[in-house]
Amino acid sequence: MSVDKSTVARIAQLARIRVPEEELDGLAGELDKILGWIEQLDEVDTDGVAPMTSNAEGMTLRWRRDEVTDGDCRDDILANAPEAQDGHFVVPRVVE
Amino acid sequence: MAELTALTLAGARDALARSDCSARELAEAHISAIEAARELNAFVVETPERALADADASDRRRASGAAGAMDGVPIAIKDLFCTEGVRTTACSHILDGFVPPYESTVTARLRAAGAVMLGKTNMDEFAMGSSNETSHYGPVRNPWHRRGDNRPMAPGGSSGGSAAAVAAKLCLGATGTDTGGSIRQPASFCGIVGMKPTYGRCSRWGIVAFASSLDQAGPMTRTVRDAAIMLGAMAGFDPKDSTSADLPVPDFEAALGQGVKGMRIGIPKEYRVDGMDADIAALWDRGADWLKDAGAELVEVSLPRTKYALPAYYIIAPAEASSNLSRYDGMRYGLRVEGRTPAEMYENTRAAGFGAEVRRRILIGAYVLSAGYYDAYYLKAQKVRTLIADEFAAAFERCDAILTPTAPNAAFALGEMIDDPIAMYLNDVLTVPASLAGLPGISVPAGLNADGLPLGLQVLAPAFEDETVFRVAEVLEQAAGFALAPGGAG
Repeated sequence: MSVDKSTVARIAQLARIRVPEEELDGLAGELDKILGWIEQLDEVDTDGVAPMTSNAEGMTLRWRRDEVTDGDCRDDILANAPEAQDGHFVVPRVVE
Repeated sequence: MAELTALTLAGARDALARSDCSARELAEAHISAIEAARELNAFVVETPERALADADASDRRRASGAAGAMDGVPIAIKDLFCTEGVRTTACSHILDGFVPPYESTVTARLRAAGAVMLGKTNMDEFAMGSSNETSHYGPVRNPWHRRGDNRPMAPGGSSGGSAAAVAAKLCLGATGTDTGGSIRQPASFCGIVGMKPTYGRCSRWGIVAFASSLDQAGPMTRTVRDAAIMLGAMAGFDPKDSTSADLPVPDFEAALGQGVKGMRIGIPKEYRVDGMDADIAALWDRGADWLKDAGAELVEVSLPRTKYALPAYYIIAPAEASSNLSRYDGMRYGLRVEGRTPAEMYENTRAAGFGAEVRRRILIGAYVLSAGYYDAYYLKAQKVRTLIADEFAAAFERCDAILTPTAPNAAFALGEMIDDPIAMYLNDVLTVPASLAGLPGISVPAGLNADGLPLGLQVLAPAFEDETVFRVAEVLEQAAGFALAPGGAG
């Protein structure tokens, strides 16, 4: 399958990255080439093979008590905010 | 004080223990070396005041008899590790000015062992690259050059600043991270030792995430012994990382000196890939002979799906990256580019904040995870990953460790490959398979090519047999007698 300009525009929108119109064609070419190279995976017979999701598959996820072990550091967290006010992050208006 | 920067990490540790030098003298020597080598662009943040304060505290600890395993040893930290109060940007514009209010587990452990921090090293943006050219802060220059050629060379990547800093003797060791080869390939390009431990050995907590199922921290040093010492200080169980291995940390240094007599070393024929430099193929044969001469038995093993590891990786890693990097939205930290709505702000911020390679990988990741393509790409890649891990398991039935070259080529000049993404990706063709399988791997400098550039050999072992990797690597190191330093920086 080939990646065209409208596909790039759609995935850029999904990824929330503005891509200028004049860059769409070039990106479509690049992604098409990379995905074309990736498609050599079709040569591998994977029937009946279980997908591997992690190198930690042999491990059991640990449990711990449901209690607060960290926190109470609002000012530390806000210290890197582009804009903060009264202990909150400031963002553009969400509700009209 | 040039001789202090020429010490190995182990040598400095022993010199400190004998009071032949102080931590302050070591720190001062390295601070001067860093100032004199700024044209390498190896550091993006220098922390000389912090280094001197750390060193003075170390000297006081030693005087009171409470020195740790790396007390007073000056090291550099890849900019992917969050360091409390010290700017950490993963060399991305989108993390402009980010100063973490917390310390990564690995760097906290190094601090607890007494290590002195000299600064943060340059890297490919978000660790995505094999040449250090995708850094927002410009490329690092490899301290090595081709014989009779002045063009600046790539240090490899993504841990290019760490590799160059160690090679140029600006620090005694540096942290790196390896997702598909980002410790081992730059180590090979810069003529140093780079160890990617078993996935789960080092906590990922506080390391800026790229592809969480693959990311692993490790040491970059000038000797195998130094790497063993430094990994001992970095590794260990951390409840804050759900994939951290709850296993005791072996004494890696104690694994050295045992030799390889009676060990079976696997030589995988499929690693002789198309386009491999003749010098590298010859060095690989020589490395096998060295191990045989030291008493090991060579065994031919087969890893038939090796060539599919890289395309599988370029689905899995971008998919995880597109998810991990969704947090950079301009709302809570880093760069913000205004927009009338939150969605517009996300799109504007991410357009301005990500470089070309990071954008490319996020888009590939979003594509392979999108409705209708998930099974064809992502699920397929995960199944291929299973087959690759199974092949390694089968090979390790027949051998104790595997020997391969680290990369199919030596360092290239800056700018030589940046316009061809797939050619750049092929740098990692020999390191990615072990990453997918979570195995420990090391690159040891073993020789020079016809142009006078360093080449590394890679040793792989089964999961959690990191000591085996060190043992074999030490024998290669001794046989190679690689005592060369880059011209002009030695």
